[in-house]
Amino acid sequence: MGMSQQTIRWNNFHRESLAIGAGHTRKLERVLKMNSVILKTAIRFLLPLLMLSSVFLFLRGHNEPGGGFVGGLAASGAIALYAMTHSASAARKVIRIPPRAMIGAGLLMSLGSGVVPMAFGHPFLTGTWTTTHISGLGELHLGTPLLFDLGVYCVVTGVTLVFVISLLEE
Amino acid sequence: MIQQVAVILPIVLPLATMAILLLVWKSMAAQKFIGVIGSILLLLSAALLIWLVDREDILVLQMGSWPAPFGITLVADRLSSIMVMLAGLMVCAVTVYSLATVDDRRVQFGFHPLVQLLLMGVCGAFLTGDLFNLYVWFEVMLIASFVLLTLGSERGQLEGAIKYVTLNLISSAVFLAAIGVIYAATGTLNMADLALKLRSFPDEDVVSVLAMLFLIAFGTKAAVFPLFFWLPASYHTPPAAVSAIFAGLLTKVGVYSLIRAFTLLFATDLVFTHNLLLLIAGLTMVTGVLGAMAQSEIRRILSFHIVSQIGYMLMGLALFTTLALAGSIFYIIHHIVVKTNLFLIGGIAERRFGNGRLPEIGGLYRSTPVLATLFFLSAMSLAGIPPLSGFFAKLMLIRGGLEAESYTIVFAALLVSLLTLYSMTKIWAEAFWKPTPEQAIVDDAASDRIRNNRLCLFGPTALLASITVGIGVMAGPLMNASIATAEQLLDANVYIEAVMPRHRLTESDAAFEVPNAESILSDGEFVDVRDSKLDSAPPSIYGPPHQ
Amino acid sequence: MDIVLAIIVGGLYAAGIYMMLRRSVVKLLIGLGLLSHAANLLIFTAGGIVRGRVPVVPMGETRPLTVVADPLPQALILTAIVISFAVLAFALVLIYRTYQTLGTDDLDQLRATDT
Repeated sequence: MGMSQQTIRWNNFHRESLAIGAGHTRKLERVLKMNSVILKTAIRFLLPLLMLSSVFLFLRGHNEPGGGFVGGLAASGAIALYAMTHSASAARKVIRIPPRAMIGAGLLMSLGSGVVPMAFGHPFLTGTWTTTHISGLGELHLGTPLLFDLGVYCVVTGVTLVFVISLLEE
Repeated sequence: MIQQVAVILPIVLPLATMAILLLVWKSMAAQKFIGVIGSILLLLSAALLIWLVDREDILVLQMGSWPAPFGITLVADRLSSIMVMLAGLMVCAVTVYSLATVDDRRVQFGFHPLVQLLLMGVCGAFLTGDLFNLYVWFEVMLIASFVLLTLGSERGQLEGAIKYVTLNLISSAVFLAAIGVIYAATGTLNMADLALKLRSFPDEDVVSVLAMLFLIAFGTKAAVFPLFFWLPASYHTPPAAVSAIFAGLLTKVGVYSLIRAFTLLFATDLVFTHNLLLLIAGLTMVTGVLGAMAQSEIRRILSFHIVSQIGYMLMGLALFTTLALAGSIFYIIHHIVVKTNLFLIGGIAERRFGNGRLPEIGGLYRSTPVLATLFFLSAMSLAGIPPLSGFFAKLMLIRGGLEAESYTIVFAALLVSLLTLYSMTKIWAEAFWKPTPEQAIVDDAASDRIRNNRLCLFGPTALLASITVGIGVMAGPLMNASIATAEQLLDANVYIEAVMPRHRLTESDAAFEVPNAESILSDGEFVDVRDSKLDSAPPSIYGPPHQ
Repeated sequence: MDIVLAIIVGGLYAAGIYMMLRRSVVKLLIGLGLLSHAANLLIFTAGGIVRGRVPVVPMGETRPLTVVADPLPQALILTAIVISFAVLAFALVLIYRTYQTLGTDDLDQLRATDT
């Protein structure tokens, strides 16, 4: 129910921002503000679930459809929903890290995944893997592609949140 | 190892700098400090690259260890390393200059991270050896330039940006379509591999169509004759530091791509493509300089001169002899230094009066003689007065033209040179020589600020002006360097060898030999794998061969 | 199938260029969007339409055993879509700001910086 309502609002937002008319700034604010009590309450429980599903998408991405990009979009979707039901500042509090720092950190991580193999004498961005044993669970393969994907996850989340939060704060 | 590090550094450094700048978004001092440090580091890495390339000819980095036609390859040859060096030099000058001229609001909204992003795109475009990767770097550069152009949201900026964005997006769409068609025709996007395949491509008409698509795509970015309108409509609108970056770097990425495409990929049908290029070069020169004559605002005049000089750069490419191409390369080196400097100087002059309209300003010679000297050096160099850098650049081009017996273009080049001198004299006489007109509003606060920030404002301009003089004095070695560069460009086999070494392909590395590899090397000549080897393979696994 | 796609590509180009020739900036933007769609579809068509499987080479083999779809055009298109998404998002904000600042969406009136 909340979702359908959101879709309608977004459609309105698009129509109104495209058909630019007088007094559009006021309308933009009004359209983006959601006052559904149900959604407001539900999102508190939904947010952790949605974040979990985004992490699932992210980890699944190594061998199956998914990955940092989709995971990041899912995460930013969850936070954007929170920001629209509560407020932009509340969303900032929830994520704690400023979105721009998230972009920077993500870029550095992806960059690191390229530089790490160079330390072992391989060309830039060559996949480098390490295997560790965890008793009871089996083998754990860790590699630079994971780090790269984590970087992408952070960058996508950060960029989308910068968009959404600055639009809301306008 | 050091070679690989050197090739990747010009891309990694701006990226790392940008990431760090995003982490310290709030602190203005840190933004400025890290921005300048990042630019200086880039300059140093470019120096390393140029030194290594001079020693070892062509450096190649196969990203992610994927061998040449399959992965993304970074290639640093002489031209690439020179261009990276110029980018580093220019951005150093501009970031220092921006400390005093770009206002705090723009720094707050990310001026420095954007400059680094732009730089990453530019260096990536210079270094990549893959056509689609080139498109991606172009877009990185474009997005950064869009935001830099509109940063501050002043009326003129927004209006200029709409034209800039529209025409550049159209050219990107054409570029993308051209990539699609070239992939359909040859099945590869690696430039070295493409060079091989286009050489023996059965249908010449398809190659001509592709050449024209790339000419439109790169020509728009380079602002050549019928496609340059976005440039004079937008370049004078942002702050001087941004204008200077754009004037120095962006169109030159287009010119670089044209040189790369028409020496490596489309160098078979010279009568058609290069004669067309020659015509375009002549028309670009003449229209640019005529446009400049009609203007009466410093940065508008300079913007039109960019267009005019793109014509000179194309002239050498179109003549396609070693000397002429070397002239083009020398011209690019000279142009980036001088043009950036003129925009920076124009920016200082505009700050003093609040605008750059020639009838409303004057007396700069009396009030700031240092600025007048710096302008005089750069302007005379642009017009091609000996012994400054522009003279030798034009000398090489004109000698190249005479050698190739293309007298029309030589005449056009000389005429345009004369008209450039006229334009430069106009700025000199109006802004510097004539007494300050009565209606001029001298912004005293701005003048004080200029005086207080002397080091940041005059340091970079003096550096660039001394390089102009230095190029003139050291013209001999630099001419030799550009001739070596041109020789390397004209011998496409060297490039192909470097990117796809024989031994790797003849060893037939089974893990990477997929049926899409249509040609491999055997016994020194290129053969079509499809004929010799793959007839026994499962019938064309990528569907019917499309031609 | 190629013919149908070719006609669609042509139609998208025509529509895109028509929209770009209109005076409203919003229509200009829609035209740009159509143009990038057309280019993407062109790559898709030019890459060869084939009813194939996922291009994954099984363990121990050196080449795929059945007919597979060429992954490269798809990767190119995916990249190009992301890029054009970013660029169009920027352009949308740009025309919005332009309208706010200049009070017009008529391209004919945006000629102060022209020469």
